[in-house]
Amino acid sequence: MIYEFLANLFGSGVIASFISGALPVVFIAIFTLFAVWLERKVSAHMQDRLGPMRVGYHGWLQTFADILKLLQKEDITATDTDKKLFNIAPVLTFMGSYAAFAAIPFSSAYIGSGIDLGILYIVAVSGLVVAGILMAGWASNNKYSLYGAVRSAAQVISYEIPTVIVILTVVVVIGSLNLTKITEFQTSRFWDWMIFGGSVAGIKKFILLPFMMIGFIILYISSLAETNRTPFDIPEAESELVGGYHTEYSGIKFTMFFLSEYANMFAVSAVASALFFGGYHSPFGYLGNLLGVSWLVPIEQFFWFTIKGTFFVFVQMWLRWTLPRLRVDQLMTLCWKYLIPIAFVNFLIVALIMVL
Amino acid sequence: MLKTEHMVLNMGPQHPSTHGVLRLELELEGEIITKVTPHLGYLHRCFEKHCEAMTYPQIIPYVDRLDYLASMDNELGYAVAVERLLDIKVPERVEYIRVIMAELQRIASHLVAVGTYGIDIGAFTPFLYCFRDRERIITLFEKTCGARLLYNYIWVGGLSHDLPVNFVNETRDFLKDFKKTIIEINNLLSYNKIFIERTANVGVLNIESAINYGITGPNLRASGLKWDIRRDDPYSIYDRFDFEIPVGKGLHGQVGDCWDRYFLRVQEMEQSIRIIEQALDQLPEGEITSALPKRIKPVEGQIYSRVENPKGELGFFIVSKGQLQPFRVKVRPPSFVNLSVIGELCKGHLIADVVAILGSIDIVLG
Repeated sequence: MIYEFLANLFGSGVIASFISGALPVVFIAIFTLFAVWLERKVSAHMQDRLGPMRVGYHGWLQTFADILKLLQKEDITATDTDKKLFNIAPVLTFMGSYAAFAAIPFSSAYIGSGIDLGILYIVAVSGLVVAGILMAGWASNNKYSLYGAVRSAAQVISYEIPTVIVILTVVVVIGSLNLTKITEFQTSRFWDWMIFGGSVAGIKKFILLPFMMIGFIILYISSLAETNRTPFDIPEAESELVGGYHTEYSGIKFTMFFLSEYANMFAVSAVASALFFGGYHSPFGYLGNLLGVSWLVPIEQFFWFTIKGTFFVFVQMWLRWTLPRLRVDQLMTLCWKYLIPIAFVNFLIVALIMVL
Repeated sequence: MLKTEHMVLNMGPQHPSTHGVLRLELELEGEIITKVTPHLGYLHRCFEKHCEAMTYPQIIPYVDRLDYLASMDNELGYAVAVERLLDIKVPERVEYIRVIMAELQRIASHLVAVGTYGIDIGAFTPFLYCFRDRERIITLFEKTCGARLLYNYIWVGGLSHDLPVNFVNETRDFLKDFKKTIIEINNLLSYNKIFIERTANVGVLNIESAINYGITGPNLRASGLKWDIRRDDPYSIYDRFDFEIPVGKGLHGQVGDCWDRYFLRVQEMEQSIRIIEQALDQLPEGEITSALPKRIKPVEGQIYSRVENPKGELGFFIVSKGQLQPFRVKVRPPSFVNLSVIGELCKGHLIADVVAILGSIDIVLG
């Protein structure tokens, strides 16, 4: 474990917990830099153009330049805003998505906090993001911001229900809310991943398989809605609400929202891969085990986890640059009339299979 | 009882989807619209008054700017009006080149309409596919007359330049590739489930109100009336070509909804391809200007002449008192008239639908 390793290295638990607590921030920062560049490149190549090409090789330093630019920008606070809430909102939003990283198992050696309610904690703490967004929308004293914020709150709260039901479906099979245990249940052979029915013995595995697939699709759709990505990006629907809840924000505060969005994207992808795609497990054994170098295994696991997370982030980008946007009422219809009933029936069937 | 009142939301003039400088004053009840008031006039160039101080050929560069996405069609409309006033015929080659240019411009204009409509609905990628092909049309124009947007190409009695070398082949190549783009746009946007959900049964314009409001062009045809000035009041040589006039059929909802208006433009592009192909096949050799006096001076009289622009009927009413300058020029603009219906279409819809409806009307506020 990283914490014990650091505590031994520095001989002090305080420094060790500080460093291991700061690791997700470093990860989020690096990942955001990469993801923003990736998003621009992915969209560019899908749209028959090149994207950033000037700063660094194929523009890989473009995001650094952009962040620098954003930091230098004047921090505008409009006259009639509620100053306190206006300043707290971006921090709170970022906190919500950062806190979720505490319970995400990056590898068998690193998890911020291996609490037993891991997955529930992530769902709960992601709710903070909504509070931040509502706060931003209200404090901005701008009608577009308010519309964006209210839409966002309605959307995230609605889509948390199918998410939680699908999570329950997995929990019913595995019998634990601890993400490390959920990951360990799915071994390092890809046919034991939950999407293929998990490492459940015998015929049950094959009966579970289709229901797990349905569960994953529902989870992925609702995770798109929770991160406000297309086709559910109505809170910041550019063509309708200008910038949505962050219309009035600029400079470093806008950067916070931006970071939070990309951190959220990775968080939901990480949850999806931890629940259904074996988490940090390699799909086919470890090089470290093969060579007999035991410290290589956690590093490999981290690599696989990041790869899986990034892959789902890529799919989110892919969808964003392909699909149009739903309307508010259609979004709610999709959630309440289709996703929740299907997820619920799916959950009942899986529970029944496990009982039998 | 709590006192409640409707919220007023200003959409524009600095709003990403008002297609230029338009301000919509929305009265809202929650997200539902009770009243829409469009405010225009942010871009007013006093075109009609200017015309009274200029000679007939000098007006052409100003005509370009009426609808800057369809400059060729504007020029054609004006040139046809003045030629009718003068009662002259232009050489065959000129007529063919004019039709080719006008139809290429129609495709370019519809590509912008279709592409930006995708953005309004939230799909960004089709927009760039549309602009990629529009760029090729503009390059063709640039090779012909040196300008990319405001051409000053179609003159009274002729053209400013002849076609450049290899124009015919390059246009054919473009049309060949463009047919594939239409299929691509259809797959990516037109038949996309979400896109249909967003546009079908939204902003239904029935045929009676369309006629009452004086709607013309694709918006009128989408409501089901087969009315196209190219066929019903032919100008230039449009009566020689074989093309169909698509009308809205309500494939995914009621006739005259946003999807119909959008899809009609896609279908019109296909028809424009047909016209251009026929015109390229028949293109004769010959002069590109007719013998006109240096100083164009029509006899006393007046004329109303109209053409089918990509956005609707563009009419020029010109009064001549036998001078070098026209006494009065009145333009019947398609976008201005078409926009008037937005209040009726938006009532009872959501904010997101305003964007969809406005985009489907396809206005240009030049």
